[in-house]
Amino acid sequence: MDRQLKKGSTELLVLSLVERRARHGYEIAKLIESRSEGALRFHVASLYPLLYRLEARGLLEGRWVERPGQRRRRYYKLTTEGRKALRLQQSAWAAFVEAMHRITQAEHA
Amino acid sequence: MPDWSKEIRERLAGVRLDPAREASVVEELSQHLEDRYAELTGAGAPPEAARMTALGELAGLSERVLADALPSPKPSPLPPPEDGGGWLSGLSKDFRYGARRLRLEPLFSLVAILSLALGVGANTAIFQLLDAVRLRSLPVARPQELLSIRPDPLKGRSGNFTGHWPQLTSGLFDHLQREQKAFAKLAVWSSDRLNLSAGGEVRYADALWVSGSFFDTVGVGALRGRVLGPADDAPGCSSPAVVVSERFWRRELGGRELAPGETIRIEGRPFEIAGVTPSRFFGPEVGNAFDVALPICAEDLIADKPRTKNRSGWWLASLGRLAPGWTLEKANAHLAAISKGIFEATLPADYDARDTQRYLGKKLIAVPLANGLSDLREDYSDPLLLLLGISALVLLIACANIANLMIARASARQREIAVRLALGASRTRLIRQLLAESLVLAAAGAACGVVLAQALSRSLVTFLSTRDSQWFVEMPRDLRLLAFTAGIAVLTCVLFGLLPALQASRTDPIEAMKTGGRGIAAGGARLSIRRALVVAQVALSLVLLVGSILFVRSLRNLITLDAGFSREHILDVTADFTRLRLPNERRTEFRHELLERVRGVPGLTDAALARLVPLAGDYWNEQVHVPGSDASAAVANFNQVGPGFFRTMGTPLLGGRDFDDRDRLGSLPVAIVTEAFARKLLGGANPIGRTVQIDNQGGDTTRRYEIVGLVKDTKYGQLRDEFAPIVFLSIAQDDDPRPWVSIVVRSDLPLGTLRPSLASAITGASPDVDILFRPLQEIVRDGLLRERLMASLSAFFGFLAAILAMVGLYGVVSFMVVRRRNEIGVRMALGATRRDIVILVLREAGTLLAVGLGIGIVLAVGAASLARSLLYGLQPFDPATLAMAAVGLAAVAAAASFFPAHRASTLDPVAALRDE
Repeated sequence: MDRQLKKGSTELLVLSLVERRARHGYEIAKLIESRSEGALRFHVASLYPLLYRLEARGLLEGRWVERPGQRRRRYYKLTTEGRKALRLQQSAWAAFVEAMHRITQAEHA
Repeated sequence: MPDWSKEIRERLAGVRLDPAREASVVEELSQHLEDRYAELTGAGAPPEAARMTALGELAGLSERVLADALPSPKPSPLPPPEDGGGWLSGLSKDFRYGARRLRLEPLFSLVAILSLALGVGANTAIFQLLDAVRLRSLPVARPQELLSIRPDPLKGRSGNFTGHWPQLTSGLFDHLQREQKAFAKLAVWSSDRLNLSAGGEVRYADALWVSGSFFDTVGVGALRGRVLGPADDAPGCSSPAVVVSERFWRRELGGRELAPGETIRIEGRPFEIAGVTPSRFFGPEVGNAFDVALPICAEDLIADKPRTKNRSGWWLASLGRLAPGWTLEKANAHLAAISKGIFEATLPADYDARDTQRYLGKKLIAVPLANGLSDLREDYSDPLLLLLGISALVLLIACANIANLMIARASARQREIAVRLALGASRTRLIRQLLAESLVLAAAGAACGVVLAQALSRSLVTFLSTRDSQWFVEMPRDLRLLAFTAGIAVLTCVLFGLLPALQASRTDPIEAMKTGGRGIAAGGARLSIRRALVVAQVALSLVLLVGSILFVRSLRNLITLDAGFSREHILDVTADFTRLRLPNERRTEFRHELLERVRGVPGLTDAALARLVPLAGDYWNEQVHVPGSDASAAVANFNQVGPGFFRTMGTPLLGGRDFDDRDRLGSLPVAIVTEAFARKLLGGANPIGRTVQIDNQGGDTTRRYEIVGLVKDTKYGQLRDEFAPIVFLSIAQDDDPRPWVSIVVRSDLPLGTLRPSLASAITGASPDVDILFRPLQEIVRDGLLRERLMASLSAFFGFLAAILAMVGLYGVVSFMVVRRRNEIGVRMALGATRRDIVILVLREAGTLLAVGLGIGIVLAVGAASLARSLLYGLQPFDPATLAMAAVGLAAVAAAASFFPAHRASTLDPVAALRDE
């Protein structure tokens, strides 16, 4: 996949994954891998700088959570700010996909 | 499982993160790698391959990427401008900081808090007592309304004076009550001691005689039963009821419910107990709590000669409340108007012309009585005020000491202070910080002081209580006390904290930094302040030492003075046979029977009868003259004694004869006089063969006595009194004997062991005789209470002050030695001997001492004159005392400065110079 495209869309991926519930970094990485059926894969070196950047921008909030019988993990949840950003990016992405679709359809037609 | 954190930390090395964030990132990434590793090995990869894979995935994580993602912490913002938030901002931080600093220096804190606690404790205890006897109101309803009515002037009355506050006679009160309109409520009372035991050794209760209106007037109700009312005090009452105090009820009756008709025996008579008064009410007299209150009409049942019938029997004190619409001025005008009639109607029949004129010249006045009457107040106000002054000086010296220590600490902290000043801390902020530290110290000292004060004031009250007078002083820990102690704490804090704080904040940062951590730049200025403090300490301790030596020597003068009789081995046995109701003519006979029985007790050297025992607080004086003598009439003290009295007491007979069996009722009335009598009434001529005539009673010549003997001067009322003329009459010639007598007994045996045999000898005559034993030594000691109090407390304070001053001197001289280390090293290198160095240091200490002593002597002379009335056999300006105090202080000062001097002389000059 194109690097630029991937970079622009990774934020959307991560934000979408924590929209319903808070998740920890490894869980996010595994979900991206499994839902894309292996097409997209995030490693530690790319995932965490992204998470930290999103946190620094106030879109995510990371918090250490302890659950009985488990070691503590850092869970990320969407902030109000993040939710707004997610809506914006979703519609931008939809518009982009729509545009791509139109263009590629037109060529084929 | 591999350890990933090292790899991760390497990548974070160049990223500026705060430690907590860094740890969080390391933990989070490690976990991720662990999970990845577990996933790979779980899928069958060999561990080493799994590790390499996981690490490989970390490869892209460069410092730059992380630094980009992780916002580096903002440069920590400067703390908000420290003075910006007003004076109060950060105050609690200052206090916490102060407390922490004090914890770090436990020895300094301990010394400081201890000396403060001693100073504050002493002040608080004495204030508490002073407050209790001087300032406290009576524990009654609306005490500020209470007035007392008394004749004006009080002086110049004749008659019998009994009770603590003999201001009115029964006759005066009766007429006053009938004729006055100003007071809605008016009552009288009198304090007394009455015997609870029926026969044998007496057991006294503190009694309060009250008129029927008393409890209504003071506004005190009953805790149990009822209080006395007008119905209880009807004239000629035959079976009156009494009221007991809550303390007495608990002590004697176990605090149980009173049975109806329950009685208590007083002076051998049963009295029904009507009720119990509440514990807060101790009576109308501060310092003297009552046990049992009796209606005045009961006096007629108990007394041999009731004072209610005696027109010159002064025994009552009054209290009243004004009727609505009356003011003190109006009431006094009213009293002045009715006084003439009242005094005329109550004139005692036996007054001579002079007494009559004085009596009729008086008027009644009303004075406020809010604080009650108090012997304790009259006797101890001045000594306690003086002691408060003394303890304040001790506190001052303690403060000077702590100030000294604080300055020394400030020197050590100079660099810290310089850095803070350089970083922009303001002076006020620094001073506040240092003061907060002082305040923590002062608060701790005050808290310990309050605890100490409780113990101290209790023991003071115990000290003031004798067998004859149990002082009862209520000392609640109230707001007034709290305010006093808090005031002291703040004052001390300012005293010892402000100067060092101002000093420290004056540090020049550049200078202080230049000299590194040695902190001697401002040493010169500091030392001069510390010197001044030590000079002040020496001066103040000299004042205290002079005071204590004056008091101790006064006490010693009183103890060792020749009272004209020996104090040891003499026991006063007072036998009271009022209840036998013997007719007058049988009383002398009965007295002799008692004496003979006592003389039969084995182990006695001598025994004799006496009406009064010297120094026991009883007085009897008359105006006398010697017919045919040039000397004018004078007041002489009187006593009646039996044969052998002077031998028993150890008073030398200087001429003539002692009384003997020839002297009896009907024979020639005789007297024995003292040297002072001969001096004052006979111009020093030999009195034997002359006549002494008692002057009053309108020229009655029957009271004329031939002088048959001359004895050495003896003390009569108090040891402090000058030797006054005394006339001893023969007790056997007493034509109006009282139903009691003192038998003075001399024995070489311990006096306590004689009691049982003496008691059984006396009760052998009749079981209804009441007996009171008093060793003369004890009487003398109780009479010297004030002197003993002043001597022991001032000695304690003086000692304390000297110690504190010496600690201060030691500190300053030590500091000086450290400061002049280099100089001393140079001197030694140039050939100064150890002796030279010791002298150098001692000279410094000596100068401080000399200046301090000089100032101290001036102060001491001024201060001692305040204590003039409490001294005996000494003048306030007493060179010997001053010399003693100065030499003593100098000796201790020499010891205190010798150690630093010695240390200076053993300095290694090479080491000292290397520091240069």
